[in-house]
Amino acid sequence: MPVSKETLIELYRTMLKIRLFEERVAEIYWEGKSPVFNIAADPIPGEMHLYIGEEAVATGVCAHLRPDDMVAGTHRSHGHYIAKGGDLKKLMAELFGKKTGLCQGKGGHMHLFDANLHFGCGGIIGAGIPHAVGAALAFKMQGKDNVAVSFFGDGAANIGAFHESLNLAAIWKLPVVFIVEDNLYAISVPKSKSTAVKSNAERAAAYGMPGVLVDGMDVMAVYEAAGEALARARRGEGPSLIECLCYRYKGHFEGDPQLYKPEGEEEEWRKKDPIPNFRAKLIKEGILTEEEAAKIQAEVKALVDEAEKFARESPWPEPEEALKHVFL
Amino acid sequence: MGERIISMYEAIAEAIAQEMERDPRVFVMGEDVGFYGGIFGATTGLWKKFGDERVRDTPISEMGFVGAAVGAALEGMRPIVEVMFVDFTGACFDQILNHMSKIQYMSGGQLKVPVVLMTAIGGGYNDAAQHSQCLYGLFAHLPGLKIVIPSTPYDAKGLMIQAIRDDNPVMYFFHKGLMGLPWMTIIEATWAPVPEEPYTIPFGVADIKREGKDVTIVAVAMMVHRALEAAQKLEKEGISVEVIDLRTLVPLDKEAIINSVKKTHRLLVVDEDYLSYGMSGEIVAIVAENALEYLDAPPKRVAVPDVPIPYSNTLEDFVIPSADRIAQAVRELVG
Repeated sequence: MPVSKETLIELYRTMLKIRLFEERVAEIYWEGKSPVFNIAADPIPGEMHLYIGEEAVATGVCAHLRPDDMVAGTHRSHGHYIAKGGDLKKLMAELFGKKTGLCQGKGGHMHLFDANLHFGCGGIIGAGIPHAVGAALAFKMQGKDNVAVSFFGDGAANIGAFHESLNLAAIWKLPVVFIVEDNLYAISVPKSKSTAVKSNAERAAAYGMPGVLVDGMDVMAVYEAAGEALARARRGEGPSLIECLCYRYKGHFEGDPQLYKPEGEEEEWRKKDPIPNFRAKLIKEGILTEEEAAKIQAEVKALVDEAEKFARESPWPEPEEALKHVFL
Repeated sequence: MGERIISMYEAIAEAIAQEMERDPRVFVMGEDVGFYGGIFGATTGLWKKFGDERVRDTPISEMGFVGAAVGAALEGMRPIVEVMFVDFTGACFDQILNHMSKIQYMSGGQLKVPVVLMTAIGGGYNDAAQHSQCLYGLFAHLPGLKIVIPSTPYDAKGLMIQAIRDDNPVMYFFHKGLMGLPWMTIIEATWAPVPEEPYTIPFGVADIKREGKDVTIVAVAMMVHRALEAAQKLEKEGISVEVIDLRTLVPLDKEAIINSVKKTHRLLVVDEDYLSYGMSGEIVAIVAENALEYLDAPPKRVAVPDVPIPYSNTLEDFVIPSADRIAQAVRELVG
């Protein structure tokens, strides 16, 4: 099916938004952490897991979603949230721990929730997989044609919840799509040492659902596979699994020395970088001019600037706010 | 016109059925909750009435279906999920510990997770270490979970309806020995009058199951009945015992405990959960903080002495508080 020019440009813009946002996060993160690294130092304290390199996956999948479709993300979820249509200002303010943040400073980088976008994520590997199954169950019981998407890494595909969730989704024929982001490593452990099959797509067969392996550095490959799986889910034909082969350029967390990555590996993957390659393709195919591409770049940069300014200028939560929201 | 007498398991199932009729968002899932009606009868008759869609038998996948209950609640459903024995929560602990109890808080109050997780507790029938625990103290320790522990059919029904209507996650613990199951030792109090119409019992309101003036016993579930048995014996010895059934640990009716201790000046906490770092210590601490000067004797605790629940009758009877041990502790308090 032909993809409209607007959609192609939007895919490019979304990937760029994730990339520029996260590059800015990295800059700000290190602002307070050199020359001496103290993880608790402001402006952005705590652990930081960046998605840089994997943008095509979130972008290609979320392009098919409506605001009221549910997404369960991971500990590395800025990209999923932005691709779902998230607010950069609230996101940045949350990373700063400000009162104006998405969760009023209670969630932080790994625990982002947006009720309006039906988005949630968390710091426990694989725990969001059954949440997506439950959301899909709710949609089915409510007679809605919404879908749920669960993003998780190749490491998470080895926890029990993955297998339990695929089985539940299949026996109940639920509108959920499982997206495995295979970035080669579970922190430092390579997939070859952790996973009995070559691709997690093969595991889908064990649960009677379609499973495909796609190039996660190619936004169009992801977009097409996800489009098919999500349409199938919306039609009430049940769950699917897509494994997207991709690469995180950064460490598991900022400050990870990444000694487990072979020399030259990143350079090889950088050649497949989804953003400049897609930009070149769009220009070559006459979808985008150099000038238009530069304009998009400037617009996205302005959004990131605005988000940073908003976060820096926002107030801290009152300390006593910590006592609210345990119970409704 | 006589009052209708039913068992605790029937009271729970009736509460769920009435809420399912009232609210289409309510549904039940768990292992053997459908055709079988729940291993302890808590979903008796529901499957026949509501069918597969709303009374879902699950595979043996606690992490999966408890996590799915969280996800369904986030999307506007009100799931009741049964984990057959509290001992099995190990298989889904992450979903309770890190998600069900925390999403509301982590989201800055944007999201709610109205799940009722019901589960069976308690020993006294030789099911040993992995099928006899109580563990409500463990869950009461975690911020974000309401903890409900009925001891009578009347309380069981009203507290279940309240739990289903609550917008927060609720863990509802029913004691196997109190369910009124024909294959358990029959305790008279497990069959009792229960109104047919729906009613609620607010959380955080303890019930004084017996008034007295010499000693306050605080307990939940089976230990309420053991304490009442002990109180009857002690009455003949001229000792007047007040028995407070907390009914919910979170929220906790501190006032009822403190007021009672101010009256009786003596406190005994009886607990079928483990002794250390649990309910009994918490209640003693609350009394120490709020009513220490009213105490005529140091508080006492009778609980499972920090050992797993053993199998053999002689061993199990030794560790689970009995009416005799409770009575003896009361005598020591007033002596």
